[in-house]
Amino acid sequence: MQTSSDTGTIRLPIGSDVDLAWVRQQVRQVAAELGFGLVQQTKLVTAVSELARNTLIHGGGGQVEMTALYRGPARGLRLAFTDSGPGIRDIDQAMTDGYTTGSGLGMGLSGAKRLVQEFSIDSSPGQGTTITVAAWATGLPHPRAEAG
Amino acid sequence: MTEPRRGAHASRVPVPALGETLLITLQGELHDSMAEQLQQDITRRIAHSPVTGVVIDISGVDIVDSFLGRVLAEIASSARLMAARTVLAGMRPAVAITLVELGLTLPGLDTVLDVERALDRLGHGLSTDPPHPRRAHHADLL
Ligand SMILES: Nc1ncnc2c1ncn2[C@@H]1O[C@H](COP(=O)(O)OP(=O)(O)O)[C@@H](O)[C@H]1O
Ligand SMILES: [Mg+2]
Repeated sequence: MQTSSDTGTIRLPIGSDVDLAWVRQQVRQVAAELGFGLVQQTKLVTAVSELARNTLIHGGGGQVEMTALYRGPARGLRLAFTDSGPGIRDIDQAMTDGYTTGSGLGMGLSGAKRLVQEFSIDSSPGQGTTITVAAWATGLPHPRAEAG
Repeated sequence: MTEPRRGAHASRVPVPALGETLLITLQGELHDSMAEQLQQDITRRIAHSPVTGVVIDISGVDIVDSFLGRVLAEIASSARLMAARTVLAGMRPAVAITLVELGLTLPGLDTVLDVERALDRLGHGLSTDPPHPRRAHHADLL
């Protein structure tokens, strides 16, 4: 897929809960500028909050790279969360609702996946973790079952 | 380390009381440490003074993730153990929609549209107050 290269990538550190707040603010601002509606912004920022907190808590800190996406008329945002922490041994298990190795609710990974349109995990034990998500500002609604 | 401090400095969320009800207002960016501090502060207040109700106004909160959701649920359950009831007021529609998709149902949390209704539910008769000036409407989002 073509991504215009002139937009560049914004890199933000994730090393404290103050950083988490800053990352949420930056993502909301960029998403709003790209034309995400209020509900879409809220979903994306919530997913970002979950993933950035995982980078901090489970990954021991890291960073997020944020890239604006332009495909024809579509506007989107890609975010890659990277840490060099312990990695995830069993990704399917980690993606299960309610599974946690810590004191959280175990809803972060699985929930974040439901809140964005694209989601991928690259992780193995000892190799750190990169989780990449993308969301699109919809004029074109995300496909979903019609009610009634 | 050399990174400049950004955003507002972490501070404590105040826990004012209205009679036997604690009335807490959450607003904007809440750092994790502030949320955890608040949880402690509320629990202490209930343990040390006659508190029968806790109202948490989240109308100024623009996201609730699983961390804040867990903190709110834990506040409510520890309050319940000390015979105080917790009511969450004013969740924004976009936040409610997102919470459902995230998979958080916040069981055991009583939610109402606004603080006035929260106080009503806890048995404060403040119905002579002027009506709430602005209420988010689901239709606004469509
Ligand atoms: N960046 C990461 N590095 C290592 N392990 C992770 C990372 N992100 C998630 N995990 C693992 O996946 C589990 C599930 O994550 P999540 O669904 O966010 O739940 P929680 O954070 O509440 O534990 C975590 O408990 C942890 O074991
Ligand atoms: Mg998590």
